[in-house]
Amino acid sequence: MPIVKSLRVIGNRTVNAVWRTGYATRFFVMTLFYSGPSFKRFRLIVKEMFSSGVMSLIIILVAGMFVGMVLGLQGYETLKRYGSESALGSLVALSLVRELGPVLAALLFASRAGSAMTAEIGLMKATEQIAAMEMMAVNPIARVVAPRFWAGVISMPLLAAMFSAMGVFGGYVVGVVIIGVDEGSFWSQMQASVDFQHDVLNGVIKSFVFGLAVTAIALFEGYDAPPTAEGVSGATTRTVVQSSLAILMLDFILTAFMFQGA
Amino acid sequence: MSAPLVEVRDVNFAYDNRAILKGINMSFHKGKLIAIMGGSGCGKTTLFRLIGGALKPTRGEIRIDGQVMHELDQQGLYDMRRKMGVLFQFGALFTDMSVFDNVAFQMREHTDLPEEVIHDLVMMKLHAVGLRGTHDLMPAELSGGMARRVALARTVALDPMLILYDEPFAGLDPISLTVVGQLIRKLNDALGATSVIVTHDVQESLKIVDYIYFVADGVIVAEGTPDEIQASDKSFVRQFVHGEMDGPVPFHYPGGDYRTDLGVTA
Repeated sequence: MPIVKSLRVIGNRTVNAVWRTGYATRFFVMTLFYSGPSFKRFRLIVKEMFSSGVMSLIIILVAGMFVGMVLGLQGYETLKRYGSESALGSLVALSLVRELGPVLAALLFASRAGSAMTAEIGLMKATEQIAAMEMMAVNPIARVVAPRFWAGVISMPLLAAMFSAMGVFGGYVVGVVIIGVDEGSFWSQMQASVDFQHDVLNGVIKSFVFGLAVTAIALFEGYDAPPTAEGVSGATTRTVVQSSLAILMLDFILTAFMFQGA
Repeated sequence: MSAPLVEVRDVNFAYDNRAILKGINMSFHKGKLIAIMGGSGCGKTTLFRLIGGALKPTRGEIRIDGQVMHELDQQGLYDMRRKMGVLFQFGALFTDMSVFDNVAFQMREHTDLPEEVIHDLVMMKLHAVGLRGTHDLMPAELSGGMARRVALARTVALDPMLILYDEPFAGLDPISLTVVGQLIRKLNDALGATSVIVTHDVQESLKIVDYIYFVADGVIVAEGTPDEIQASDKSFVRQFVHGEMDGPVPFHYPGGDYRTDLGVTA
């Protein structure tokens, strides 16, 4: 009976999805619950910040520079039509601080650091390192997962800030140095239009939320990966796909709340 | 004889409805080196995981040092595991840490010892397995046999009362195999610990262990000292010890009629 078979498949998938959501939620709660020891031994978090944050710096800075340069070019072309070239600084800064900085930095972070976290934890599981830790009476959530989680959450806003700063510099290079927009108006317009609380702080909140989502997804996928080569590779792919979708979805929700009526 | 350190009483275990272990009884006394042997898929790794508290029996109990393993809460289980050492099949060294940090791991996690004391203890453990000179190498720089010896040093880092070995001889060359076997015996005697080896390496085990249990199809089919095992006339033991192709463990996987499979009708 094809209908019964289809219903069975749908039912099975629904049960699996609910079960996995519950497992992921429990995993996230356990990570928060066992975060205390990580903060007592902050060097563990610092070590992971080096792996996920510092090692992502190059790609973040280079990408930020190019995005800022493109913004400078495109913004100048558009603003010139209305005779508002002097507003280029505002356009570049607002685009980066509000949207592009947090979103693009998070997407890059998911691809670079998130996938690495998933692969590392998945391989630790496949080579019985996680099981060995359990048998040594060391909780792997407290020792392996929590430090990486907080390292990601702390690193993400810092990376987004650097992305935006580099982007502003890129916009300056193209707009002021190459095209010849007035330097004074570039900086003064930027200073006048960018509000710390409304723009900068909201951008920081966004990148914090993205960091939380990306790191939680990456760690869960690694921890839940089947202990085989295919299992780890599938988990790494899922990390990048799910993180990217989560970033874009959360960005819409956060933007709707933050900038309504602005 | 004193009360056994480990008692396995009428242990049954099943994955879903598939019975893996059926009424296993064993006892391991202090200072002894015991081997649990059997072919692939006989349930010995499940038994190993049950003794380590990673699984709970569906019936029966495993008592270690007077405590029933499956009745312990997580803290109780962790307290018990601090008194145990486990060597995994391929060592399971932490690949992001040096040899020194691997051996020091439990000392740093579970004790407040100053770093100078930890340094000396780690060097002593590594010296015991003959690898003091490798302390600043990473696990990826070690050969398979060396990695197993470093894992052995890590396993005995906190002088456990019970040491579990999961296939410690798998994939080792003859020299490494003898070295690891002798180290297991010497460390057990030096620590006054009880060691349980889950293995299918008959010849090496017969040289070093005090007592052997043979497991097949989830039940114990034979047990005894190495001398008793070698003299055994039980067909399963004979087949296993001498590596005979056919016997109680059949060469052929059950299948249909051979002539029919070949399409011979006459």
